[in-house]
Amino acid sequence: MNVAQDAGLIDALSRLLRPVMRLLFPELPDNHPAQGAILMNLSANMLGLDNAATPLGLKAMRELQELNPVKDTATNSMATFLAINTAGLTVIPFTIIGYRVLRGSHDPAATVTGTWLASIVSVSVAVIASRWLSKLPQFRIPHSEVAVAAVAGDSRTNMEDNR
Amino acid sequence: MPTSSQVLQVFEAASQWAVPTVIMLIILTALYRKVPMYESFVTGAKEGFGGAVMIIPYLVAMLLVIKIFIASGMLDDIKYALGAVMRAVGLSGYTDSLDLLPLALTKPLSGSAARGVLLEIFDLHGPDSFLGNTASIMMGSTETTFYVMTVYFGAVNIKKLRHALPACLLADAAGIIASIVIGYVLYGHR
Repeated sequence: MNVAQDAGLIDALSRLLRPVMRLLFPELPDNHPAQGAILMNLSANMLGLDNAATPLGLKAMRELQELNPVKDTATNSMATFLAINTAGLTVIPFTIIGYRVLRGSHDPAATVTGTWLASIVSVSVAVIASRWLSKLPQFRIPHSEVAVAAVAGDSRTNMEDNR
Repeated sequence: MPTSSQVLQVFEAASQWAVPTVIMLIILTALYRKVPMYESFVTGAKEGFGGAVMIIPYLVAMLLVIKIFIASGMLDDIKYALGAVMRAVGLSGYTDSLDLLPLALTKPLSGSAARGVLLEIFDLHGPDSFLGNTASIMMGSTETTFYVMTVYFGAVNIKKLRHALPACLLADAAGIIASIVIGYVLYGHR
């Protein structure tokens, strides 16, 4: 991941998918390393590479934390990222097909289309719910905390809130 | 016209080659751009290890809660109560989907527990039955939400989750309901 980043590969990938990212994470500045890390994590998840996805996801969280004005509170981008991540994006659910084969299924891949449809529903709900819930008063970040964080010298990381 | 198992074999091969190909591509590009590869790799590995150690306490707490929940037998009580509610509102024709409840409730908590539940459904009803097929869809379209949230937020020390938990749970609920509906549409009532 680090080598890929230094080689400029991640930048190329995020440039390619920038319109999608801008739609999903309107608060992330363009070209921020968080974009690349999020993309890598989601791609690993889609390929079903769960073990590879976790370190990439943690990297994305660290990058998002850099932009966070209130360090102990989740940002909108973090919530959206987690919601999409836990909505279970998959291209081919290999492990499940494997279990079906193991238990003698006649058509182990039969449920792939159904899985896509259900995933589309849950990912859409994830995006809409995280956007909508972030606007509710009980989930707003208290303004006093943002101000305190800014005074404390974190003004560099303040851009996410001011956008 | 290729059969679904042939298509599947192509996908499976593609997925097996995905990781080595990506790694080779990264190394070749790095060579081409003359990146100091070893230094870059070591820096990244150091970061990764730090992250892994950071999440251990959160992981231990999470796993303990999951064990207690499963051992307490609360699942059966919830299933019984939901069944009564469904019969009361006239959905008694759909109570067979309640056998999927253990899967729906364990999947957000633990991947390995959910795998056990899925295999049990396969053993009891067969993988090609309504329940087997629907369980497969449900398993594939949901994630281990609580595990991911604990680890990801724990790693960067975030304690106030704001709307992250309800948003993730809504997405899970949507995935579970969607898989049951799709299951009934595609495989329901023989």
